[in-house]
Amino acid sequence: MIYLDFEKPLESLYEQMEKLRDVEAEGTVDVAESIKELEKKIQHTKKEIYSNLTGWQRVQLSRHPERPYTLYYIEQICKKFTELHGDRYFADDKAIVGGLAKIDNLSVMIIGHQKGTNTKSRQYRNFGMANPDGYRKALRLMKMAERFNIPIVTLIDTPGAYPGLEAEERGQAEAIARNLFEMAQLKVPVLCYVIGEGASGGALGIGVGDKVFMLENTWYTVISPESCSSILWRSWDHKEEAAEALKLTPEHMLSFGLIDDIIKEPLGGAHVDPEKMAKTLKAHIKAELGELMPQDAEERIRIRIDKYDNMGKYQIVE
Amino acid sequence: MSWFKRLKEGIQTATKNKKETPDGLWHKCIRCSEMTTIKELREHLYICPKCDYHTRISSTDYFEILFDGKYTRLFDEIKSVDVLEFSDIKSYKSRLDDAYKKTKLNDSMSVATGKVNKLPLTVACMDFGFIGGSMGAVVGEKISRAIDYCIANRTPLMIISKSGGARMMESAYSLMQMAKSSAKLTLLAKEGLPYFSFMTDPTTGGVTASYAMLGDINFSEPEALIGFAGPRVIKETIKRDLPEGFQTAEYLLEHGFLDFIVHRKDLKCKISDLLGCFDTRKPDSELVTAS
Ligand SMILES: [Zn+2]
Repeated sequence: MIYLDFEKPLESLYEQMEKLRDVEAEGTVDVAESIKELEKKIQHTKKEIYSNLTGWQRVQLSRHPERPYTLYYIEQICKKFTELHGDRYFADDKAIVGGLAKIDNLSVMIIGHQKGTNTKSRQYRNFGMANPDGYRKALRLMKMAERFNIPIVTLIDTPGAYPGLEAEERGQAEAIARNLFEMAQLKVPVLCYVIGEGASGGALGIGVGDKVFMLENTWYTVISPESCSSILWRSWDHKEEAAEALKLTPEHMLSFGLIDDIIKEPLGGAHVDPEKMAKTLKAHIKAELGELMPQDAEERIRIRIDKYDNMGKYQIVE
Repeated sequence: MSWFKRLKEGIQTATKNKKETPDGLWHKCIRCSEMTTIKELREHLYICPKCDYHTRISSTDYFEILFDGKYTRLFDEIKSVDVLEFSDIKSYKSRLDDAYKKTKLNDSMSVATGKVNKLPLTVACMDFGFIGGSMGAVVGEKISRAIDYCIANRTPLMIISKSGGARMMESAYSLMQMAKSSAKLTLLAKEGLPYFSFMTDPTTGGVTASYAMLGDINFSEPEALIGFAGPRVIKETIKRDLPEGFQTAEYLLEHGFLDFIVHRKDLKCKISDLLGCFDTRKPDSELVTAS
């Protein structure tokens, strides 16, 4: 287990528990009562910690190194997944993966950002920061799904689109813009899930859909708290304040009407019980697709565009 | 050229806040340091007579350059609200108040409709002077309404971008303006109405990654900075110097992301040439399905 700074009280409780278990294993002293007590205390402490998370703590949880990523969910949720590579123009971006699969007996095109799980694979995946080729691959797969009337599910988890020289050279802005434009008109249902970090255009580039959901310990906004701090506070030291000011939690996003719902995570985060998290996600996808699939395609597109058209608060003055 | 003369008194936005302009009479080119009288500069459409540098100008300046005399401003009544009660070292409210005072505008996007060499056009134009031309909910809503207006009145749309990107103080609301504007542009496309995206210095961030790159025709002023990530961020990421001319209009043209670059003095003529190539009458339904 890796403990985040605000989870430290739990670490010592778990250590105590381990010691008690050792004593229990020896079998000489009856510690059943003490274990029960400690378990209660752990549950209590967990609830206390996780029910009052700040914006920044959500950001930390969304980046937890043990958090499940796209390919894990695909493996757990889908059968017969075939990964489809390449944008057919330039490259196969490793920061975005996608392919055809079955969720029970339903065909889906599932696409998501992918982060690595160790130093080597993190670099291989470019830390989940896609180049234009990733967005173009995603669009190619989505257009294919549309041709064969296959619904689309996207899993969002990125610290942002990659700000590199070649990314600019190959049109990072154009690639993202094109996806926003094309996704708005896709004739098949599109479901989007923020499963980790939802940073800016890099997230939105695969995030325009009929319904958008966020897992409980994720964030979604226009800029990372660190970058926001560096631009507005002119220092990297105000990331906690920036995270609060940006109101980037799922609860805020839901209250703004910018997402459709929040999906509960196991207590402590998705990484505590990834299998359970995947089961919840699978059931959710099935239920949502069940509602969206029977809709008339033109009607679905009209509702989708109206939804985005209504996003944003302003006032009318004389 | 006749429209030079139309740039009357009161279009001084480009020069208003320049310290190096004693008594508002002289302007110093920020590139070659050439001193030009304001009058002469204005007659040159705020292009430096010596080095051809295109000084940043306001939405009003562009409307004056493009339209045949009279034009109608639209949707000026839409203003920002500080939904998030956002505050960094300064509150969003006070940033807005400063911007209102400084620019006399209601936001960083202004919309106007009129005729360009007798051909109808609706123009949405950004002002860099208003919080760095940042895109918040007002920008998205004005684009949305401009598109509705274009569809109802069968006019083509031109958006003139000049922006540092999304308005952080509106957080996710500003992010979603990218999706909103892009989604609405699909409706314009379905109606068979052309959209011209004109990028001016600078066009970066979420603005580039949404409506600015989605023109049926994408073009720009010479030497404009156009990109997704800012040069400083890229430099910090790749840890080496950027090549000369990186993210300029000329660089984007070379890499296939612009249709052409247009000198400000040729802008009006170029736009009317293009407008003349499009039939904006409502296409019959067969054509709509074919698209
Ligand atoms: Zn000059």
